[in-house]
Amino acid sequence: MNSRVTDKIATSIFVLFAAIMAGTLFALLGYILYHGFAVIDLDFLTSNSSSFREGGGIKNQLFNSFYVLFITMLFTVPLGIGGGIYMAEYAKPGKVTDFIRTCIEVLASLPSIVVGMFGLLVFVAWTGWGYTILSGALALTVFNLPVIVRVCEDAIRSVPRELKEASLALGVTHWHTIKTVLLPAAFPGILTGVILSAGRVFGEAAALLFTAGLTTPNLDFTNWNPFNIHSPLNIFRPAETLSVHIWKVNTQGIIPDVREVADGASAVLVISVLIFNLLARWLGSVIHKRMSGSK
Amino acid sequence: MKFVLDKKQERVTKEKEKKNAILKVRNLNIYYGDNHAVHDINMDIEEKSITALIGPSGCGKSTFLRSINRMNDTIPIAKNNGEILYEGLNILEDDIEVVALRKEIGMVFQKPNPFPMSIYNNITHALKFKGIRKKKELNQIVEDSLKKAALWDEVKDRLHESALSLSGGQQQRLCIARSLALKPRILLLDEPSSALDPISNAKIEDLIMELSSEYTIIIVTHNMQQASRVADKTAFFLSGDLMEYDETSKIFTNPSNPKTEEYITGKFG
Amino acid sequence: MTNQSEAVKERLVKKKNKRSPEFRGKVIILGSAGVIIIAAIAITLFLTSKGLQTFIANGVSPIEFLTSTNWRPTDENPVYGAVPFIFGSFAVTLLAALFAAPLGIGSAIFMTEIARKWGQKFLQPVIEILVGIPSVVYGFIGLTVIVPFIRDHIGGLGFGLLAGTIVVGIMILPTVTSIAADAMRSLPQNLRDASYAIGATRWQTIYRVLIPAALPSLLTAIVLGMARAFGEALAVQMVIGNARNLPDSLVEPAATLTTIITLNMGHTTFGSVENNVLWSLGLILLVMSYIFIVIIRFLSARRKV
Repeated sequence: MNSRVTDKIATSIFVLFAAIMAGTLFALLGYILYHGFAVIDLDFLTSNSSSFREGGGIKNQLFNSFYVLFITMLFTVPLGIGGGIYMAEYAKPGKVTDFIRTCIEVLASLPSIVVGMFGLLVFVAWTGWGYTILSGALALTVFNLPVIVRVCEDAIRSVPRELKEASLALGVTHWHTIKTVLLPAAFPGILTGVILSAGRVFGEAAALLFTAGLTTPNLDFTNWNPFNIHSPLNIFRPAETLSVHIWKVNTQGIIPDVREVADGASAVLVISVLIFNLLARWLGSVIHKRMSGSK
Repeated sequence: MKFVLDKKQERVTKEKEKKNAILKVRNLNIYYGDNHAVHDINMDIEEKSITALIGPSGCGKSTFLRSINRMNDTIPIAKNNGEILYEGLNILEDDIEVVALRKEIGMVFQKPNPFPMSIYNNITHALKFKGIRKKKELNQIVEDSLKKAALWDEVKDRLHESALSLSGGQQQRLCIARSLALKPRILLLDEPSSALDPISNAKIEDLIMELSSEYTIIIVTHNMQQASRVADKTAFFLSGDLMEYDETSKIFTNPSNPKTEEYITGKFG
Repeated sequence: MTNQSEAVKERLVKKKNKRSPEFRGKVIILGSAGVIIIAAIAITLFLTSKGLQTFIANGVSPIEFLTSTNWRPTDENPVYGAVPFIFGSFAVTLLAALFAAPLGIGSAIFMTEIARKWGQKFLQPVIEILVGIPSVVYGFIGLTVIVPFIRDHIGGLGFGLLAGTIVVGIMILPTVTSIAADAMRSLPQNLRDASYAIGATRWQTIYRVLIPAALPSLLTAIVLGMARAFGEALAVQMVIGNARNLPDSLVEPAATLTTIITLNMGHTTFGSVENNVLWSLGLILLVMSYIFIVIIRFLSARRKV
């Protein structure tokens, strides 16, 4: 066969592969959103779920998802930034740094179900808390921390070396330089990474099954006392998140309208991830523009 | 240009009177890992003078400059031995408070590197760290240092705009102002105008000469005209060795080392 | 002169017993690094010791555990053979990689070598979004689209290894594509120029020059995809049918390590044998993720570009 014919055939195969991939992925997004929009309305988002009757909503699950995400970020962001600073600024090439890098790699590659099992062992059983939001958030912290550490390390490393030298040459200490020059300059990168990872945390289910549990107590949204079991803010209560809910209604649900609830919940989940994604891109570019001084 | 030369002539005559060496470099060696970058340097640098360090790329002049305010500390593989005596104190010792040292020996880099903040905050960044918080005092220092750096008239109405909106030459003068705000005694300039256009370059040179009445200035430059225009003394580096160090006029008219002559006449480099 | 020297000394020499101003910062930073180390070590140690309980405290034979195909934890004479689950996990992982690797790498080459602009502007963001789609959503799609499709057109109940493979394959496709595209993009342009300059066609350039040069990174993309497939729990659990026997065909219900853990962790009493064996299955997952790390390290050491 002549090489030009082979080239043509090969090119068409690559185009075909890309088309199959893009087609599958678009079909998938389209399917979710199309079926979801048929279900989602204000009532669906704001009514309680039902365990056996039709017409349940996802109010508590939606709240739980955001609340667990918030608590997780409360732990992950400071720790992740600290770890990122360490890796970018303090880690000297050598055995200790290699070891920490290995630890990050281990944490990043653990299957989320394994993280969930660890959470069950330590945050649920050993502490005696039982299934709680706090246990779930701590498990998700383990799951998310390596991502944030990498994001922060990359963002800090990508700050031009000249800026750091300028500050050091003015007799400012390394730590103060980190706080006032490096972190602000790395902020857009960190923010983008944090929001993207928030999308991942938001959709995670396997790590939460054994830590935050499969149920939610009756929540009274007028009760803002974080120590009351019926208060949505209580971090020592079990909480079923949106993704866990999708799994639960599909595998053990006895409600007759499984399909509708799952359609709606999946679409809400996907839309949330889309929003996180777009928000990250948009905020990243806006802050970048503002900081680089172009008007 | 004539004006510049006159000004220099005037200064040279004044120069003759003071002879206090603020820096004395003794047997300084610097290594980058296995690379012996600077070999056994000895030189005295006089107070309130301009010293130019010239030589081809990679000859060790920037490495040497960076050791004077311990910027080489930021490069983990950089090691040194020997002494740099600043007012008689060896500043290469481990017990030197590097942060305090860098306030007295400031540095301006080749590429203008203002912080991505307002012009005002660029100058107050280090002052706030030093503990100066009073608005009035800060304002005064900002004004003084911008005036000294001949930038005040250009930016006084836009102090709170981003420093990145300034032109390259203005940015570099801001970087100089930022160092001056700390009232240093020595100013290290690492090819401060090589990234700038000729007009900005001339402004920076004027500024450097102005500043030498108050500060000791050491400037690394690739530009031999620049060295001959501004420097009182010139040191020629080659492959990590200090080949010749003398009055600038002598170096450029009657160098004693044939290598120096080859370099300044453009035979290599 | 000496006076001046004394003054300089006073200003520049570190004061003894004065805490370095960096100290507080360093404590915070070291604390964060410490948490990472503690977390990694704690997970490894706790899960290992818990996973070994089955063999140490309950006397289950590790050989039986790793070789028997029978999983009957509730019998009078309980048998704990994990082979069906180990087989299921490897089968799903390898088949999914077989599906996702050519499609993913092919698409990556399309994006980087054939339609750069289009790939960059259009496919890249789509892929990035799809990497972030939660796995339960993939599982749900599998349940509502793929399982009925298999049931109607191929046979069986629809639930089985095939459904699991397709779901996981689609799930890891964006991951493989995006890492492979990064690898292709990081190839130096002069590789391409050199090949085109001697008159090679695009396919010859891709096949003889670019793929060999990017091979370690492309393999890394596949291995990372496989690692994700191996550890995926809920999406697989929703479509695989959850049988405890070795399946005879791709369309018969099966199970994997993760699905059996997902299903039974909540139904068994903490500390019982039936519960402990689940932790032993978890230990296999942990060991596998270490093996994936070793493979990826091996590959990245061979990376040429």
